[in-house]
Amino acid sequence: MTKLTEWLFAAGILIALWFSLLTNKITNNLVTNHYNLLLYSPIIFLGLFGLFALILVLYRVYTFNDCDEAAEELQKEIIQARTDLNRLGFKFKM
Amino acid sequence: MALNDKYSILLPTYNEIENLPIIIWLLVKHMDASEYPYEIIIIDDGSPDGTLEAAEQLQQIYGKDKIVLRPREKKLGLGTAYIHGIKYATGNFIIIMDADLSHHPKFIKEFVQTQKSRNYDIVTGTRYIGSGGVHGWDFKRKLVSRSANLLTQILLRPGVSDLTGSFRLYKKDVLEKLIKSCISKGYVFQMEMIIRAREFGYTIGEVPISFVDRVYGQSKLTGSEIFQFAGGLLYLFATT
Repeated sequence: MTKLTEWLFAAGILIALWFSLLTNKITNNLVTNHYNLLLYSPIIFLGLFGLFALILVLYRVYTFNDCDEAAEELQKEIIQARTDLNRLGFKFKM
Repeated sequence: MALNDKYSILLPTYNEIENLPIIIWLLVKHMDASEYPYEIIIIDDGSPDGTLEAAEQLQQIYGKDKIVLRPREKKLGLGTAYIHGIKYATGNFIIIMDADLSHHPKFIKEFVQTQKSRNYDIVTGTRYIGSGGVHGWDFKRKLVSRSANLLTQILLRPGVSDLTGSFRLYKKDVLEKLIKSCISKGYVFQMEMIIRAREFGYTIGEVPISFVDRVYGQSKLTGSEIFQFAGGLLYLFATT
């Protein structure tokens, strides 16, 4: 099963469940009392998921390690490398 | 077996005349210190800037057993560069990395140790967890990167945190098999390699790496790259 079919399968089950609740194929007191909530639940769910994803991405952007020490270390090593390579007889183009 | 382990480092280059001597110097320094047997295979794709001449000088300095030159006539793409390099590799492990100094050779030792710890088929560097990170990216670049990563995690559930990175260690036969089964180009290629590896049931270890974006030369993220990525993601979503 590819990831696409997995998603379609899961979405199919959820939609079927939602629709049968909505059309009273399955009767439930909780549903009859909160019909509007049920009707808009897919949109509410998607909205909440989007919000969660947005917060997660922003959190990860702000905590993304900048690696400044690694960059500084590399700059020092570049100088060392050039000096050492010159000593070993390497001719730099510029 | 462990005593005979050898690491072949594949270094595809195109116009890396400034970076090549530095990366080779760093590789020799860190690999010599690690005491693991190794060789560096430089696959230059006909760079007009004289990268190959620089490579020849480095071969004279460090010796033909350590620096192996396998140039090609013209730019032919990353996948075929790896196939070309593997043909000549004498090691049983292959390390692939970029020659532009964004991947630091100091991490190779950790890759090897991680590989040995659980006999992983693949060890991949990751910018997204632990001490890993990126230098030289602005807010927008980080945002795009993190969003693309999250979307990939949700859609593909790969079990690996960094799919587009190209600093990895592979068992030689594993890499050969993966390259044959991957058809994508660019960084979708790296992503497909890891996803296919999961499909085949290969084990994958991760090592946090600091990625220092190009010191020399330019790094850019273009609209077409994002488009290419999205296409690759959908392709993998629908086929794996």
